[in-house]
Amino acid sequence: MLKIEGLTAEVEGKQILKGIDLEVPVGEVHAIMGPNGSGKSTLSYVLSGREGYEITGGSVTFAGQDLLALEPEERAASGLFLAFQYPVELPGVGNALFLRTALNAVRKARGEPELDAMQFLKVARERLKALQIGEDMLKRGVNVGFSGGEKKRNEVLQMALLQPKLAILDETDSGLDIDALKIVSDGVNALRGPGFSALVITHYQRLLDYIVPDRVHVLMGGRIVQSGGPELAKQLEAEGYASVQAAA
Amino acid sequence: MPAVTETIDTVQSVTEGTYKWGFETEIEMEFAPKGLNEDIVRFISKKKNEPQWLLDWRLKAFAIWQKMEEPRWPAVTYPPIDYQDAYYYAAPANKVKPKSLDEVDPELLRTYAKLGIPLKEQAILAGVEGAGDVPAEGGRMPIAVDAVFDSVSVATSYKERLGKEGIIFCAISEAVEKYPDLVRQYLGTVVPQGDNFYAALNSAVFTDGSFVYIPKGVRCPMELSTYFRINAKSTGQFERTLIIADEGSTVSYLEGCTAPMRDENQLHAAVVELVALDDARIKYSTVQNWYPGDAEGKGGIYNFVTKRAQCRGKRSKVSWTQVETGSAITWKYPSCVLLGDDSVGEFYSVAITNNRQQADTGTKMIHVGKRTTSTIVSKGISAGRGQNTYRGLVRVAPTASNARNFTQCDSLLIGDQCGAHTVPYIENRCMTAKTEHEATTSRIAEDQLFYCRQRGLSEEDAVGLIVNGFCREVLKELPMEFAVEAQKLLQISLEGSVG
Amino acid sequence: MSAHPTGAAGFLHRYEGLRMRLPGARLPFVAALRDQAAEAFRTQGFPTRRVEAWKYTDLRPVADAGFDEALTAVDSAPDLPPAHGTARAVFVDGRFRPDLSALDGLPYAVESLAMALPGLDGRLGALARVEAQPMAALNTMLFEDGLVVTVPAGAAGGVLDLVSIGTASERPEAFHPRHLIRLGAGASLTIIETATGPEGARYLHNPVYEVEVAAGATLTHARLQQEAPRAFQLATAYARVAEGGTYDNFTLNAGGRLVRNEIHTVLAGPNAACHMNGAQLLRDGQHADTTTVLDHAAPDCASRQTYKTVLMGRSRGVFQGKIHVHQVAQRTDGYQMNQALLLSPEAEIDSKPQLEIYADDVKCSHGATVGEIDAEQLFYLRARGIPEPRARAMLVEAFLKEAVEGVQDEAARAALDAAITGWWEKAA
Repeated sequence: MLKIEGLTAEVEGKQILKGIDLEVPVGEVHAIMGPNGSGKSTLSYVLSGREGYEITGGSVTFAGQDLLALEPEERAASGLFLAFQYPVELPGVGNALFLRTALNAVRKARGEPELDAMQFLKVARERLKALQIGEDMLKRGVNVGFSGGEKKRNEVLQMALLQPKLAILDETDSGLDIDALKIVSDGVNALRGPGFSALVITHYQRLLDYIVPDRVHVLMGGRIVQSGGPELAKQLEAEGYASVQAAA
Repeated sequence: MPAVTETIDTVQSVTEGTYKWGFETEIEMEFAPKGLNEDIVRFISKKKNEPQWLLDWRLKAFAIWQKMEEPRWPAVTYPPIDYQDAYYYAAPANKVKPKSLDEVDPELLRTYAKLGIPLKEQAILAGVEGAGDVPAEGGRMPIAVDAVFDSVSVATSYKERLGKEGIIFCAISEAVEKYPDLVRQYLGTVVPQGDNFYAALNSAVFTDGSFVYIPKGVRCPMELSTYFRINAKSTGQFERTLIIADEGSTVSYLEGCTAPMRDENQLHAAVVELVALDDARIKYSTVQNWYPGDAEGKGGIYNFVTKRAQCRGKRSKVSWTQVETGSAITWKYPSCVLLGDDSVGEFYSVAITNNRQQADTGTKMIHVGKRTTSTIVSKGISAGRGQNTYRGLVRVAPTASNARNFTQCDSLLIGDQCGAHTVPYIENRCMTAKTEHEATTSRIAEDQLFYCRQRGLSEEDAVGLIVNGFCREVLKELPMEFAVEAQKLLQISLEGSVG
Repeated sequence: MSAHPTGAAGFLHRYEGLRMRLPGARLPFVAALRDQAAEAFRTQGFPTRRVEAWKYTDLRPVADAGFDEALTAVDSAPDLPPAHGTARAVFVDGRFRPDLSALDGLPYAVESLAMALPGLDGRLGALARVEAQPMAALNTMLFEDGLVVTVPAGAAGGVLDLVSIGTASERPEAFHPRHLIRLGAGASLTIIETATGPEGARYLHNPVYEVEVAAGATLTHARLQQEAPRAFQLATAYARVAEGGTYDNFTLNAGGRLVRNEIHTVLAGPNAACHMNGAQLLRDGQHADTTTVLDHAAPDCASRQTYKTVLMGRSRGVFQGKIHVHQVAQRTDGYQMNQALLLSPEAEIDSKPQLEIYADDVKCSHGATVGEIDAEQLFYLRARGIPEPRARAMLVEAFLKEAVEGVQDEAARAALDAAITGWWEKAA
């Protein structure tokens, strides 16, 4: 699904990613763990195409395409979804309009018919119910006045609607209480299946109790320094990143 | 810190509603004839042994001034000023340098004491021989002081110590003699002679003021400070200050102002020019406490001042902080022209108008360089029949890509006979620039007052407390020595405004 | 005929020539008002930028164009913009056109000003201040027609469309309609005004409104300024709101070459309210100025203002807004916000929000921001698959619609929403 080879990237002239190699096969959930400043968020922004990150080398193939050649919206349309660490507030943009525009843009790219307002509402309500999110969420401005937990739920709602092939969850667990964490995890787990992959980026092991990864990678100093099964996350929790650093 | 405690003690002993700096010092003075004409300009220049170029410069300014009109746009009213009915030069009569404090005119010493200048600095200022070489008492951080008494700088302290670092801190008349090239290079380059009516007047007749030059890479080891004092009757004060911070240097400069209580209005028309080169930083703090006039609006200083900084260098920074509590009328807009890329301008202001005081003050931030940023925080407090106007300009040139401005103007009204006005101008011609302006007007809420009083504070203390809270963002920008003094001043200025 | 006289002198010259032929010439109070206005216009002339109120708007292009006055009614039948209600008053080149209007069976009185003049002594000119506003003086000197709307106490007026079409193409024409709107106690009315003209039309539309809102009445006044690209519109509204009344003004500046929308509102009775909102959508070569002067002259009044400007190409936007709180106006609640999006390196926005406050128990605030489209927001939308042009359009529309949210009347809000939706995509 996703294949990263020798990826290097700079931010404001400073090299952050120093040669990432990573492959996420179809249907698998991988976790990327690492201390602050290791390049985790940079990786998620580089993959989703945010401006201000200069790719200096390497390649990324996503679903058979050269991901780095695509505009952010083209990446989204081809099935890549980034759950933001800090979802952006859009004052004046209604959540329903936003979700429907996004959904139809993605559907159009896939060659699927666009949904009218009624059809959309029906789909949206189903998802809301499944995620135990109140319907008033649709009426509010996008993320405006949302609590931290509500913003993350809104991200999961969008993911459930857009049904991506690959979801990148960037520190989705930060600022969540246990209940919210559970809703978010259930949302991700519900999508798990043969057509869905995920890259879960996190500092802590906690989230991985709920979303059990197939593989765990440790990102430090802009490189993947160690990979392993779910047990690696537990080891990191117990021994800290310093142990990996020593080993690496 | 003796300087501070001494000041506070004096302040606390003050009885209600009086102006403690309202004394008059009886010392022998020398005057030029009343009135203003070319001869007076020549007289001043001659008195100061100035070179021909400076006399020519003054005469040109005088010619420009004669063709100009007083600005009418400020939101202040006052009877016409008769510029011919004032002395343009007044100086303490020359004497032989005293050997010890005992020989100094006791009136002059008393004046310094009342101004809150510590004893050590008094001796230096009074020109006592050798006084400058002894460290200040109590191991406290010394403050280098320049005192401008009516028209002339009477003395400057710590000159030698500063000299070791290559720092020049002296009266501008002395600088004209000793460093003519430096003065000539910079004088009038930030505020040209014809900039405005009062700047032109100042350029023609300025008599003294401070000159500061901080060499490359030098961090000035102490606060530089000037005390301005208008003492003589019927005089105007026209000092001119020029501060140059060379590449990578840092300086913090303080000024304090007082004047005796008089029934007549006296004019203070100063010009301050600041130049910051690459990576230089200038912090300029003012506590302006000129005599505000009495409760009926009789007397008081007309404070018509032009202050401007040019951030010429890359990453240079100029920060203006002002606490304006005095003067019958205040008209001043300390400004920053941000020429260098990544340069920074700041303006923090507290202005209080009580009784019949009027203030029209604010700033101009002119963004020219790339990524220049400016911050404006203005707190206006109106009480009694005071009128308080914030007037500010933020202009972003097309060249100032990614410039940023943030402006916050808050007004507080105490009583229903006063006025608070906000007149910002925002002119943006750069797409990538971002400007933000916020203004609020409010009053001290009854429940706030009640809460404080229920806890045992008097109404005036409660008002003082709340006003200090309102001004906190600005007061915290002041150097310690001034911050405490300024807080007390705020409270004194508001006396009689409640109840 | 030799060169057409221009500037203030040109208009004064034409006034001398037309004086005895203008409507109401034989009514002494009208003649006196016109002469007084002519004197005021002669004294002030076209304002220069040295006049503080006109610091950012230069009227030279208007002064330099030579205009004819449209004196005889034209009987062309121009295309009419879509209607928002059933009642409609149409003006072509400033003259009322009963043949194009639909004003039967209304619960209030609507008349042509030219016809109604004899009964307007004391009402005409009661609010306009010709000595302080040269364009209002010009209007008073030369007005040829207008609409007089009088809603009786308690009547619910519904929606009235007020349409103005400028058609002159050979020689530029100037028209100066004078609209008088009066709502009795507890009455309500929504006026949706569309000012437009065909591509290529050249004219100056210089309307003055005198609006009286009695106790407890509500007037919604939505103005869609979609003038022809080469036209000028200089509009001045004067409103006075009595106790418990509401004046809800929204002005959309989308058309014209040089435009000024000036509103003076006086909240004259306790608990009166005022909403002044607006949006300016400016393309290359356009200059639009919104200037509001709000007088809180009574206690316990509330005012809300939100103005948004979007600038493209070499356009220039101006916002000047003054809130004056009089000493009696205790417990005033005033809020004003103006925001601009600069979408072009050649555009310029000038803002002057102003507070003048003489009462102590007040809550007043204003804010002004200028910036470009937020990069974070844009990326967020694109990361959800929305193509960049659409994402930009969504953000611009959301930005503009915040101003429309303040409009209380649904019909007016719908009309404004429709005018804003898609504007940017068409313009871009």
